[in-house]
Amino acid sequence: MKKILFIEDESALQRTFEEALKDEGFEMISALDGEIGLKMAKEKNPDLILLDLILPKIEGMEVLKKLKEDEKTKDIPVIVLTHLEELEKVEKAMELGAKAYLVKGEYSLNEVVERIKKVLGLK
Amino acid sequence: MGIFIIFISLSIYFIGTKFIQTPEIIALIVLLTALVLLVISFFITNSFERLAEANRLKSEFISIASHQLRTPISNFKWTLELLFSGKLGKFSPKQLEYLRILKDNSERMIETLKDLLIVTKLETASLPFKREYFSLDELTKEVIEQFKNLALAYNVEIETNFQKNLPKIFSSREQIKLVIENLLENAILYTKGKGKVLIKIETKDKMVYFEIRDNGIGIPKEDQKFIFQKFFRASNVLKYQTRGTGLGLFISKKIIQRSGGKIGFQSEENKGSKFWFSIPIK
Repeated sequence: MKKILFIEDESALQRTFEEALKDEGFEMISALDGEIGLKMAKEKNPDLILLDLILPKIEGMEVLKKLKEDEKTKDIPVIVLTHLEELEKVEKAMELGAKAYLVKGEYSLNEVVERIKKVLGLK
Repeated sequence: MGIFIIFISLSIYFIGTKFIQTPEIIALIVLLTALVLLVISFFITNSFERLAEANRLKSEFISIASHQLRTPISNFKWTLELLFSGKLGKFSPKQLEYLRILKDNSERMIETLKDLLIVTKLETASLPFKREYFSLDELTKEVIEQFKNLALAYNVEIETNFQKNLPKIFSSREQIKLVIENLLENAILYTKGKGKVLIKIETKDKMVYFEIRDNGIGIPKEDQKFIFQKFFRASNVLKYQTRGTGLGLFISKKIIQRSGGKIGFQSEENKGSKFWFSIPIK
């Protein structure tokens, strides 16, 4: 079973994704801030990280940078899921090594799940 | 303003020298006039600054409110999708009907917020206008592909007539795409029964000219002068279509103006509309 780490400070959103991903055969673990997210990425060894950008303690872009600098986590694919849509943010995230940048509200739940599958090579 | 005060003061001085003999009185009149003008100009500048500040605060408020609302609305939309998918259990047809109403409305809220953010950025000139060379016909084909399903759902046929070897234009691809999306979406949505949309692109007087014609509900004559205004929606549109934010054409006009182009339309109620824009070839 593939494990997905969702770093997102909105617990309601985490519950929605947990249900949707569980149904597709994924296990979801969650972190409510950037600091816990980084710690869990190192300890739990997820197959993919779903990352919000506006996060307490360590903001998402910094989390992404740290993930890619660390030998232990640098190969874990990261999908950014945020409501920030500024082009410079997209470019920066892709430059830092994100596999995809999805703007909340522009994708359906199903489309996000499909993108996760695609990044994991399941489609 | 300073130049104006100097000019008026000098004029009063020269006029004064012709009619008044005492230089002290002339100097006093000039000084008093300059002082009055200075006070007036101070109040005018001050009120302009306050107006600009109020405008900036209004845009900032809309921007913050839109950003803050986006997260809960996205959560709302995704949670509804989860309920809708049946993964959490089955609903009765009646319950599903109401869930669909909620889902449609959450999508409308997202659309409105997205448009509001674009409007705010356009009004505060903070929307980056990254110019690049691109083909308008290629971009249009891309947008048509994107709207294929919507056209199918509304029983609208899209035809194209693109001039061969069109020159590339130098503008913001991302923003011109928004304009084409707005115009095509309107052409599809505001149809009755079987619709037909024709998109033409050609060169005209050193400009690339884009035209989209539909046989839809048209715009009533009395509404035509307001069509590019913010939040305006024609009276007949509201009868046929709830979708739409009333911001699309306002955004389109702003973008075309920023590109150094022109935008316009001709329309007749119950017969259809023709919207066009032209962008200079550089």
